[in-house]
Amino acid sequence: MSEPILRVAGLSGRIGGQQVVEDISFEVPAVGITALLGRNGVGKTSTIKSILGLIDRTGSVHFGGIRIDRMPTHRIVQQGVGYVPEDREVFGSLTVAENLRLAERDDRPRREFIERLFPDIHDRRAQRAGTLSGGQQQMVSLARALVNDNRLLLVDEPTKGLAPRIVDEVADALAEAARTVPILLVEQNLHVIRKLAERVVVLSGGRVVFTGDAAELLDDEDRIQRFLGVHDATEGSTR
Amino acid sequence: MSTVVLLLITGLGLGALYFLVASGLSLIYGLMGVLNFAHGSFLTISAFLGWEVGRRVSDGTWWGLALSAFIGIAVGAIVAAATEYLLIRRLYERHIEQALVTVGLALASVALFEGIWGTDPIYTAKPAWLSQTTELLGAKIPNDRFLLIACALLVLGGIVLFLQRTRYGLIIRAGVENRAMVTALGIDVRRSFTIVFAIGGAAAGLGGVLASVYYGYVSAHLGSVLLIFAFIVTVIGGLGSLTGAAIASVLVAVLQQFANFYLGGTGDLVVVIALAAVLLVRPRGLMGKVA
Amino acid sequence: MNQQITDAPAVMRMAASARRPLLFSVGGIALVVLLAILPLLAIDIPGVLPGPTYTPGTLQLLAYAMLIAALALSYRMMFGLAGLLSFGHALFFAAGAYGLGMTLDAFAPVEWSSELIFAASIGVTLVFGIVLAATVGALALRVTGISFAMVTLAFAQAGSVLIRRNPGSATGGDEGLSLDIANVPEGLVGVVNTRNLYWMALAVLVFVYLVVLWVERSRAGHVAEAARENELRVRVIGIRPYSVKLLIFIVASALAAVAGMGYLLLQSGASPRVATADFTLTLLVIVVLGGVGYRWGAIVGGIVYTLLDQRLTALAGSDLIAGLPAVLRVPLSEPLFILGTLFILVVLFLPGGIAGLPQRIRTGREQHPVEAEEGADA
Repeated sequence: MSEPILRVAGLSGRIGGQQVVEDISFEVPAVGITALLGRNGVGKTSTIKSILGLIDRTGSVHFGGIRIDRMPTHRIVQQGVGYVPEDREVFGSLTVAENLRLAERDDRPRREFIERLFPDIHDRRAQRAGTLSGGQQQMVSLARALVNDNRLLLVDEPTKGLAPRIVDEVADALAEAARTVPILLVEQNLHVIRKLAERVVVLSGGRVVFTGDAAELLDDEDRIQRFLGVHDATEGSTR
Repeated sequence: MSTVVLLLITGLGLGALYFLVASGLSLIYGLMGVLNFAHGSFLTISAFLGWEVGRRVSDGTWWGLALSAFIGIAVGAIVAAATEYLLIRRLYERHIEQALVTVGLALASVALFEGIWGTDPIYTAKPAWLSQTTELLGAKIPNDRFLLIACALLVLGGIVLFLQRTRYGLIIRAGVENRAMVTALGIDVRRSFTIVFAIGGAAAGLGGVLASVYYGYVSAHLGSVLLIFAFIVTVIGGLGSLTGAAIASVLVAVLQQFANFYLGGTGDLVVVIALAAVLLVRPRGLMGKVA
Repeated sequence: MNQQITDAPAVMRMAASARRPLLFSVGGIALVVLLAILPLLAIDIPGVLPGPTYTPGTLQLLAYAMLIAALALSYRMMFGLAGLLSFGHALFFAAGAYGLGMTLDAFAPVEWSSELIFAASIGVTLVFGIVLAATVGALALRVTGISFAMVTLAFAQAGSVLIRRNPGSATGGDEGLSLDIANVPEGLVGVVNTRNLYWMALAVLVFVYLVVLWVERSRAGHVAEAARENELRVRVIGIRPYSVKLLIFIVASALAAVAGMGYLLLQSGASPRVATADFTLTLLVIVVLGGVGYRWGAIVGGIVYTLLDQRLTALAGSDLIAGLPAVLRVPLSEPLFILGTLFILVVLFLPGGIAGLPQRIRTGREQHPVEAEEGADA
């Protein structure tokens, strides 16, 4: 097996003095989609933020062989990490085009690729991002991460709050993206996970409790229930 | 009727002055979360140095005034950028300490100015036309108001152009909305911090030179008096919003003029009451972002 | 803040801090006694004090320093404990000073005895201060953070402007208000009684300190401290942070008014300077310099600041400074320049303030200025 693109070891994160994740260790292979799973509030977003240095963290994180756990966020991202945050966080007062232009880092940003993958967004490029629908904003957020030739994408709950049809569109976009760049995907929606993930990492109580192939987890109803607290329904509601 | 016109236009003139100071405050707070109490000192030092150079080269003429303005802008920008680089940057993300350090700077700098230039106001000379009045719609408007309004419009236009057309402007606009996400896009916002301080300082510097024209003197406390009004304007307009600061400057200044005339000199009081009212009814100000 | 007690240094700190209250109580009482007998001694610290400690000049200065220290203590409780950054604290100090001054001026029912009028005036002023604090606090606490600071600034500015406008000649405007001594007890009037005024100031300081101590140790105090760190956590256990903060606000402001009344009596008048935003900022500087996390930091800060302020002006005129080249002489002749620079240095490099120095030397640890260590306060 080739080198993992991301290696996390003993990662702990704190927000305002509170420990939110503790001693997280896992790897993300350089190809395909790895899903980060767990119940609500277990620390999935905090794990992503710890990797990016958006919250205080200790432990070691290796990205493509380079240690990034001491770097400030912008330097980590400059190493080739694309981030699609929970709640999208597009800049509402900027136009779609400005949102994308802001994200451009490379000498030759992949504008045609984005146009092809997100035709609807391209049509709305002069529109203020704050006036877009949730699904459209999600596409902008995704496009922002894809406009550069990144080596890893960190995608946090991209289908949250979206209608089923849009969920499928987002999943398709992710699948297309995954052909060229590995993705660490936080998701609650089991249907999406089934469709996209090859490997899974499961968190519970702020720690890693399971890593393995997606099939291992998803074919086991008991495990699904225990780790994720869901019945395997297509809507992926938890509880 | 002519009284109303007079009050309106002199209000606009005063509002122009407030805007020059408040624009920097608003941007700095909006992007960096820093409450810059030293902003008044940027104004004062620019006014002093602008006056010193202007009067030596060509006292009381347009050329002298233009030179003063140029020096004022440059000094304001440099002092502000230096403040950000030497003091504010070290306290990255620690907003209370950043505000405190500007308090200390304000305290020390005003004392220093008093030491160098004395505690009494120093009267300044200006081109004759500015001391005269022009009749407009029956009201005799002092000409310096027109200069103030023109400069404020230029500055507003300049800043808006910068924000809309340059990459740093784009970064700043995005950063005012969501600083963390800008860093998550791989951009080092800290460079923008210095730029924002420099822009604010430059505007304040110009404001200082124009204030010396408006009030007719320079003094160590020139900036402090204006700073309080600038804070009020910034908060009413919405911290972080340039257009908010512009609108609030006009509203506050005009309100002040009318209250002073019709309500027996209570302009100061009325402005403060307006601030309290705005804060209690709409805490984020006219155009500020929520939370 | 409430870390798990699993690390040894924390355990040791807590053990040490259990011993400390007793040590500090004894030390504190000894200090008060020393301060009380100071007017009877002839200690002379040239350069710092204008004369030996029995002279009126020195006693006046020390008394003023103690009132400022009391004021700083009340501000620290608001800012350091409850995390309320108020830019309007001077308003309540002025309310006490001007309130008492105006009451003594205007309120004099012929049938009442002098002592009764005096006592009633103090009572009226105190009630006024509390009502004012309740009003301002109730309104200001509806918002938080910077907005709260701005509301308090607005009210203080309004008060300052009002005082300067001299409505009905009641406040004396720019010239200040002079004390109407008609109903003030003889023992508190005149240079010859400076000693009594000194003891009054000491009594005010002790009173303020005890009230602050009581509030900070009370349940309300602990809740306020917890709310400062994390409002959500406090709300979750069913307490409304608003009520507690309002209580702290009112108490701190009332204490400021008490200090203000003492100020009026000591200086035989009130100056409009004490109602300005600058004055509140000076308080902020004092409290942070002294160390926001420590009560005694505020006291030390207040006394050191007052002494510095008064003596530096005298020092600046001395031959020592006059002989320096202009580049050094000009800044050093300005007490506020030194204070401001010192303040900047403290904020940059010494966040715990001067009182935080022993802590830093001991543990080598940097401390957030608004983080108080549990049980280690004096």
